[in-house]
Amino acid sequence: MDFSYSDEQRMLADTLERLAADASAGSPTAPASLWRTFAELGLLQLPFAEELGGLDGDGIDVMIVMQALGRGLIRAPYLGGLLLPGTLLARLANSAQRERWLSPLLAGESRLALAWQETASRYDAQAIATRARRQADGWVLDGTKQVVLAAASADALVVTARLDDGSLAAFLVPSDSTGLVRRDYATLDDQTASDVQLDGVALPHDARLGGDASDALEATLAQGRAALCAEAVGAMQVACEQTLAYLKERQQFGAPLASFQVLQHRMVDMHLSLEQARSMAILAAASLERPAEQRDYRVSAAKAYCGEAARFVAEQAIQLHGAMGMTEECQVSHYARRLIMFDHHLGDVDHHLEIVSERLTAA
Amino acid sequence: MNLDFTPEEQAFRHEVREFLVAELPDDIRERVRLGRRLSADDHLRWQNVLSRRGWLAAGWPREHGGPGWGPVERHIFDEECAAAHAPTIVPFGVSMVAPVIMKFGSEAQQRHYLPRILANRDWWCQGYSEPGAGSDLASLRTRAVRDGDDYVVSGQKTWTTLGQHANMMFCLVRTDPEARKQAGISFLLIDMASPGISVRPIVTLDGAHEVNEVFLDEVRVPVANRIGEEGQGWTCAKFLLTHERTGIAGLGHAKQALRHLKTLAGGVRHRGRPLLELPSFRQRVVRAELELMALEITHLRVLASARGGDAPGAESSLLKVRGSELRQELSELTRRALGPAALPFFPDFLYGDAELEPDRAEQAAIGAQYLNRRKLSIYGGSNEIQKSIVAKTLLGM
Repeated sequence: MDFSYSDEQRMLADTLERLAADASAGSPTAPASLWRTFAELGLLQLPFAEELGGLDGDGIDVMIVMQALGRGLIRAPYLGGLLLPGTLLARLANSAQRERWLSPLLAGESRLALAWQETASRYDAQAIATRARRQADGWVLDGTKQVVLAAASADALVVTARLDDGSLAAFLVPSDSTGLVRRDYATLDDQTASDVQLDGVALPHDARLGGDASDALEATLAQGRAALCAEAVGAMQVACEQTLAYLKERQQFGAPLASFQVLQHRMVDMHLSLEQARSMAILAAASLERPAEQRDYRVSAAKAYCGEAARFVAEQAIQLHGAMGMTEECQVSHYARRLIMFDHHLGDVDHHLEIVSERLTAA
Repeated sequence: MNLDFTPEEQAFRHEVREFLVAELPDDIRERVRLGRRLSADDHLRWQNVLSRRGWLAAGWPREHGGPGWGPVERHIFDEECAAAHAPTIVPFGVSMVAPVIMKFGSEAQQRHYLPRILANRDWWCQGYSEPGAGSDLASLRTRAVRDGDDYVVSGQKTWTTLGQHANMMFCLVRTDPEARKQAGISFLLIDMASPGISVRPIVTLDGAHEVNEVFLDEVRVPVANRIGEEGQGWTCAKFLLTHERTGIAGLGHAKQALRHLKTLAGGVRHRGRPLLELPSFRQRVVRAELELMALEITHLRVLASARGGDAPGAESSLLKVRGSELRQELSELTRRALGPAALPFFPDFLYGDAELEPDRAEQAAIGAQYLNRRKLSIYGGSNEIQKSIVAKTLLGM
């Protein structure tokens, strides 16, 4: 049993810590140049296997990256624009597809997004209505995808669809395809996302990635959920730090707020939630290579736990900042927003509690 | 980073498990499993087995007769003992006074007391709390007045756990009434057979006699029984409170309680279905499971950093808070799982040797145990005190 980072991981954490510190100091880094920095630092290659042109990073490496992104509230679509589409591609693509799509993604030369969720299916990646029909010269896709992170900047979307035989498939759909209509918007947690309508989008045979995509998609979403937990831990940590600093500095009734026991104990509760959530994020990150059953159980447990912890920390951070916590000007409100909306990405507390509940072992 | 136990650690777990199967007497295992009170002799029989194996003093360094385990081995040992229904080792000698004697005692005191503790020849109890000194321990008033080579001690101690079996008590007394609160306190070892000592039982809300009041009326205690310097008692007390806390989360007990709860709620039927399938009940079991998963990793993280040389300080307070809350929640769910069957109360069975029908015996302790577990968030520094410790030392508030 060992909870320490390797030397490489320590260096990675240091580098990212500086990146996060610069970002939270308020230097408005344009997403495009930030993505180039990521490519130069090797962050885009990090999560992928060496034979795919990656750096063979594991769940803990990704955890380190995401935690730093959470600390700095860095607006780079590492999850939506790299981890989700990249992981699914890495698992399903043949060598020609890798050559064409994965290599440029890892080099930072092209961008992808994963279109998996739909209005009617909520967080259930399997219960989708998008259909793919085989035609003589390829495939035709019809359906609507909801809140596709990083779609606006993507050159192509990885789209999940049902085939007539009931199996789940994934397709590479160039963003400029005829019949693809995108509605772009900002999200409440400062990201960009889109609803995507696919209306008779025609694709060549080789647009389909691999065979049945179910297992690969679940593995991809597990990777994404573990990453989100790490990001939330990073953001929770800053929310706790800023709240603690505020309590020490703010004077009321002739004393710092930090001297009031009711606030001390609340702060300890926040700290406890943070440390417990950190433990769950570690558990999720360290379980990604486990058999699917165990992996999904642990990842859902972590996502549910971190969802509650994130909401608690966010709400208390606002509350302990008093009215200041309500303002856009106060940095902690941005962390609170990210932490509240964390629950709406890749399955919320209820969704994941149900998964844990279904698989609860007898003893 | 690697969350798996090493092959050596797994082999150790296996060794402990085998040992427990072979050496834990069946009658004791059964009493613990059913939540029945153990006699002094039950405790001693088990602790003698551990002593012979060299496993009684898990936290002691090798030179004093400890097994030389690290925190992970101790965690595994605790977990296996809880799973096997082994009695909890009575902590007052081996885990509480012994480290103080090692740290502050003279060589003569160490030579005299430590081997006796290791051989279970003394049963120690703790003379800390007083009727007027609970969380504010330093306001204690038991007086010790120097008279030649003796102190003459008068006052009252309370919540003295298993004091009815004890022949020795470590005791905080006020030797200097003029000094600042903490500075006037000394740490004395008192023979419970001394004239002037009387022990009166306190029966708690579960009907059990676990704690006692100890009255001291002009008890003569040799000055040689003082640990450390006069006025150094508070340093000893604080050392004791921060020492020996790796097991404080009660993780092994929580795991065992959750297993028991799932089995029980899986078997009990509620409106034609297993209770465990009732959504509102199942939801709470699921949440307890998540809390336990998180607590286990947090606990292991604290242990791992302790192995790396950082002493677990305020982190053990965090573990104590969440661990006690979780164990109380589990005891509540277990009580509710019984439904009306939680009501029957058989003290002669629980606290004595009366027999009970086997199916009743399985459930007899659960209601009372819930009541008993309320102590978890009070003793060893209440959870409110623990939070104040964390706020002060970890958060600098």
